[in-house]
Amino acid sequence: MSDQAQLLPGTLDLLILRAVSLGPLHGYGILLRIGQISGNALLIEQGALYPGLFRLVRQGLLKASWGTSENNRRAKFYELTAPGRKRLREETDSWNRLAVAIAAALSQQPEEV
Amino acid sequence: MKVLDSLRFRMATLFQRSRMNAEMEEELGSHIQHRADDLERSGLSRAEAERRARIEFGGYVKYKEESHEAVGSNFIGSLLQDVRFSLRVLRKSPGFTITAVLTLALAIGANAVVFSIMNAFILRPLNVPHSESLYAIFHQPDNDAHESYPDYRDLRQRTRSFEDVMAYNIGQVGLDTGANPSQVWIEEASENYFDALGLQPYLGRFFHDSDQHGANSAPFIVLTYAFWQSHFQADPGVVGRVVQLNRHPFTIIGIAQPEFHGTLLFFNPDFFTPLVDDPELGGDGLDKRGNRWIFMVMGHLKPGVTQAQAIADLNSTGSYLERTYPKDEPKMTFTLNRPSLYGDYVGRPARQFLTGLLLLAGLILLAACANLGSLFAARAADRSREVALRLALGSSRKRILRGLFTEAMLIALAGGAVGLFGSVALLHGLSAWRPISRWPLQLSVNPDASVYLAALLLALVSGILFGAVPVRQVLRTNPYEMVKAGTSGIIAGSSRRRVTLRDLLLVVQIAICAVLVTASMVAVRGLARSLHKDFGFDVQNTMLVSTDLGMAGYSGDRVPAMQKRVVEAVETIPGVISVGLADTVPLGDGATDSNVFTDDRSDLRPSNAVADPVIYKVSPEYFQAAGTALLSGRTFTWHDDHNAPRVAIVNRPFATKVFGSAANAIGRSFRMPDGTRIQVIGMTEDGKYTSLTDDSQPAMFFPILQSPTPSTCLVVRSKRDPRPLESALRTTLRQIDSALPVYIETRYKGLDAMLFGPRMATIALGVLGGMGAMLSLTGIFGMAAYSVSKRLRELGIRMALGAQRKEVLRAALGRPLKLLAFGSGAGLILGVLASRVLALIVDQATPRDPLVLAGVVLAMSLLGLLATWIPAQRALSIDPMILLREE
Repeated sequence: MSDQAQLLPGTLDLLILRAVSLGPLHGYGILLRIGQISGNALLIEQGALYPGLFRLVRQGLLKASWGTSENNRRAKFYELTAPGRKRLREETDSWNRLAVAIAAALSQQPEEV
Repeated sequence: MKVLDSLRFRMATLFQRSRMNAEMEEELGSHIQHRADDLERSGLSRAEAERRARIEFGGYVKYKEESHEAVGSNFIGSLLQDVRFSLRVLRKSPGFTITAVLTLALAIGANAVVFSIMNAFILRPLNVPHSESLYAIFHQPDNDAHESYPDYRDLRQRTRSFEDVMAYNIGQVGLDTGANPSQVWIEEASENYFDALGLQPYLGRFFHDSDQHGANSAPFIVLTYAFWQSHFQADPGVVGRVVQLNRHPFTIIGIAQPEFHGTLLFFNPDFFTPLVDDPELGGDGLDKRGNRWIFMVMGHLKPGVTQAQAIADLNSTGSYLERTYPKDEPKMTFTLNRPSLYGDYVGRPARQFLTGLLLLAGLILLAACANLGSLFAARAADRSREVALRLALGSSRKRILRGLFTEAMLIALAGGAVGLFGSVALLHGLSAWRPISRWPLQLSVNPDASVYLAALLLALVSGILFGAVPVRQVLRTNPYEMVKAGTSGIIAGSSRRRVTLRDLLLVVQIAICAVLVTASMVAVRGLARSLHKDFGFDVQNTMLVSTDLGMAGYSGDRVPAMQKRVVEAVETIPGVISVGLADTVPLGDGATDSNVFTDDRSDLRPSNAVADPVIYKVSPEYFQAAGTALLSGRTFTWHDDHNAPRVAIVNRPFATKVFGSAANAIGRSFRMPDGTRIQVIGMTEDGKYTSLTDDSQPAMFFPILQSPTPSTCLVVRSKRDPRPLESALRTTLRQIDSALPVYIETRYKGLDAMLFGPRMATIALGVLGGMGAMLSLTGIFGMAAYSVSKRLRELGIRMALGAQRKEVLRAALGRPLKLLAFGSGAGLILGVLASRVLALIVDQATPRDPLVLAGVVLAMSLLGLLATWIPAQRALSIDPMILLREE
């Protein structure tokens, strides 16, 4: 676990949106999906997911409904709303621009400055 | 309705919250179960899997809280939480809580009482339909509403500006319902009175215009609801019953609505009779144009008619009357004013007095808020470590401030509730109180919704005011500095200015308190002294029996005969020393006065009068019974009657004023306005006649047989206890005439009306002085407590370095005590100056009284001692070792 990276503030919401964009998931499922798509490289305390989920529901980016999970347990499933999908696109673009810029900045060698 | 809706909404979110809470529990639980399923699949036992899942989940409660916040903070929910927390905190410091609540209760209670009185008298309109267009007609320039009956008839017939013009008079009659004849207060109202006011009866009917056909034509009674309740046990069968008024049969025809008791706010008559029956009830002025006996004439302005138009209309009628009846009519110009407080005569002083009181009450509240503010600041300083700790642990400043504000609001609301409760009790008492027992004066000041609302608003506003004081302190708290440096870190330097606003406020408070304490002591001493000084008669061992023989149907020659019989009967009661007879007594009601002229004057115009003495018509034994010393000459005899030459006994001021000196008054004569010559046969000592502050008021006494009157007052001197004497008097009088209503009181009680003003002033000053003391107490206490907690560390160091207890105390309490001394000094001087004003109300009020000065100094020192006791104890109990280790 020691090689896992701390999340940057604000990135958890983006990850949740991304995870849910691939299909409706319950909370634990979202966590598994994030681990899967990030190659288990990110450290997220499990409980920390929920304040984020409720925030996104309140903002209208996700909608939630109760259903039955693959383990045959009652669970609340989240899926993207249209504004959620739009927000995911915007956030992805802006994150990519930021990542490219930071990466570029960090890869510059001293003599090139 | 809006409030209800909003409440329902709040309740709904509250329920929603609990449902949401359950849902959240289920969701988080489901998460843990799913994780445990996975862990179980990897080979763990179910129990171990669940345990691990729970640990991996992290701070369950914390995330739940955060989730709640993410959903949107629930106002009521977190408010309840704050309230619970604040209650816990307040319970931990009961001394502080009780002081704060009581201070505020006093201040808000005072405001509620004053506001209620103001509301009842000035803000609330008269309780009749369309009271906004109801005006009383006042004569100018004397600003008097009295009118003669013929003038009232003319005003009613000739003016076009009013819907109708009505009139009423106030009087006292003897009521005989078959048992226990009593004197009652009535309003003689014009026949159109109820119709013109637009009132409906509660029971039976009112009298109408069509009921009257000249004098004594409508012997009807309309009872007030209260009198119906108290004297007829609310018996509906009373309608149609015939009772005796002054020995004339009158029929009860109806009962007025509970809330109606005439149009004069503070006067509550027992019932109403038609104005035309006045002759039967003892009046003689129904057809005399010059006799202005009707108390008030009033009417509703017609819609669209302005006051100015109505006045012009009235004045044109007035000038017609002046031209037509030049002999009877003085100047007839009019103004309009509100009837409820007799226009400006009572209205203006009442308004001014109440506005002044309201201002004062407002100041008291403001001072209370300032004091509570400094108490809260001291508390916040004491708790600065707790605040810093909470900040360091991640609590937001907003949350901490909200907590402090919740505490302030709780105290404000509790104070408001206690204050309101107290004031409601006080107001109920005040409403039932008859300040002068023989007059039906009553102040109906029961609080209504607007009073409750005002109290609530005041409580909330003051809560915000004093809650805001420690805000800056909390905002400036730096948790790191605080934890590093200890308590004194943040507040050192917060008030380094030489004189802060808070100091000034405290000095002003203390000064006002000292003024009030001085003034109330001066008033109490003055009142006590004025009760024990020479009135010109003896208050001790004297009973007054008042009646009006007219109420039992006596008139003409039967009056003096009956009076003589009564006096002789009372003289035989065991224990009675002497019995005097008078029409009325000094410092009683209704003494008449008349201009007198020197004997050589032939032109008897008012401007030529030499004096305007009060007149008493008395029996020969009066002076002995009253305890009035005869300085020279002789008293009357029963032979000073119609057949004898007119004689008088005068007092010393009369003698000096009319005859130049007291020595040669006996045997000289003076003239009355009608030219009658009266010879002076005796001279009495000086006395008080119309008010306690009378100074050398001339007075004259006539033999009652030379000017007979049915108005009868017996002065009974006796060594017996007043109570058995009273029943003996009652029995004796009933044996003579069972239908004679009498009113018996001690001579001392008879002074109630005279002492009303001084007593009220003394009580008011005492109450205000008490409040001022309470405020100064909390003010000094707050400042001293603040000063001690602010400098706790410094004091500890001083003590560790060997400072004496005295020095520590001086350092800790020097400033508040200096302010106390300064404020008290200023207040004492102002109080002494203010006592000159007080002397106008309370006779004998003088601040040049060592007892008063000593009393004030003692009271203020006691106040200081009391207020600084707890902080001083705290400063002295500092253990430098513990303090230095802890901080």
